[in-house]
Amino acid sequence: MRRSIITFVLLLSGIALNAQTTLQILSTPSGKSTFPKLAYSYMALEPNIDSVTMRIHYSKHFRAYYDNFMKAVAGTPYENQSIKEVFANISSAPAPVKNNAGGFYNHALYFEIMAPNSGGIPGGDLSDKIGMSFGGFENFKKAFTDAAMGRFGSGWAWLIVKSDKSLAIVTTANQDNPLMGNAEVKGTPILLIDVWEHAYYLKYQNRRADYVAAFWNVINWKVVEDLYAKAIK
Amino acid sequence: MIKQCEKKAWEFPALQYTYDALEPFIDAQTMETHYTKHHRAYFDKFYAAIKGTEFENMCLLHIFDMVSELSITIRNNAGGFYNHKFFWKVIGPDCGGYPTGKLADAINFTFGSFEDFQTQFAEAATNRFGSGWAWLIVRHDGSLAVTSTPNQDNPLMDVADVRGFPILALDVWEHAYYLKYQNRRPDYIKAFWNIVNWDRVSSGYLKAIE
Repeated sequence: MRRSIITFVLLLSGIALNAQTTLQILSTPSGKSTFPKLAYSYMALEPNIDSVTMRIHYSKHFRAYYDNFMKAVAGTPYENQSIKEVFANISSAPAPVKNNAGGFYNHALYFEIMAPNSGGIPGGDLSDKIGMSFGGFENFKKAFTDAAMGRFGSGWAWLIVKSDKSLAIVTTANQDNPLMGNAEVKGTPILLIDVWEHAYYLKYQNRRADYVAAFWNVINWKVVEDLYAKAIK
Repeated sequence: MIKQCEKKAWEFPALQYTYDALEPFIDAQTMETHYTKHHRAYFDKFYAAIKGTEFENMCLLHIFDMVSELSITIRNNAGGFYNHKFFWKVIGPDCGGYPTGKLADAINFTFGSFEDFQTQFAEAATNRFGSGWAWLIVRHDGSLAVTSTPNQDNPLMDVADVRGFPILALDVWEHAYYLKYQNRRPDYIKAFWNIVNWDRVSSGYLKAIE
């Protein structure tokens, strides 16, 4: 009985140890990165994001970025660098390191800021900051939507906190992100949307606008507010 | 390199086969969405961007030759319009197999063998990160080359890393294969060999080396 309790506790802590947040991912030596669990089921974001997309996006695309990232850094100096450091010096990184480090982090954050029974609007300090920066949530929503729609080809749209603590909406191509040293506009991401076609094609096909509209229903603002609080410290 | 181009009225070209004609290699729903939504949108946006401007009377080859000086709207939509209409022409039902004649000789000469060419083309298509296209082109000096371009760029554009006249293309934007293949781009590329219209590719080659 005692042995099975000990085993059970060890198992639970093993699971907890594997549940890296994106902040942990950023500061862990790359070689020690673990693949984050999804905090909800594949069906949980229906009908906004369909369950088949969730399954393939998480277990194929995101998983491949993690696996290929681990392969790309193994036996190289990158292994001992945190992903944040890898991003800072990204211009000198070979494509497999850059694309997979980006793909790994970007997707970890994407799945982290979504949740079932979500949506609505942010509260607290973030709400005030959005009000001040964009003139209200609706203006912010339109600006973020326009950015997501305007990114041609594969990429992401972001809400970031810049070094002067101001908010900005930016987009990046492919698996680039605003933490990278060569980003046009740099900052700490607190919200993002994947606009690679794989993020929406099964349900929405060419109708990216419908996907972006649905995305507002799955944003976990508590997580975003927490990321904002940490970013402005 | 720029051939004389005939200026005709801009029109959205009809597909020469039905949406289900390329099954099971490309599924009917993808063909319908790809042609009526994606390709059509590129044509509509391209035409809206050039209507009433000097570019309305220019041919695509000339537009591509100076695209670095033009708006991103023209670049993306002219590219999308041309790339897709070219693609529909070099694939078809009851196709696949091998090239013959002068093109086969040129492929063997350049790549070593048809299989080696297929491997190189598949690599270009697989390794194009994000959205883009893989191409077989005829360069200015008449030689063949395999290359790839991002987004809706193409090798006719002055911005292209490797320039030349396309004779074969493969769309590797996810919209081209996601409904049937999802993340399995290599399976889509393997299927592509079953629909290549080598007669068309050959006549494109012969025209390019004239």
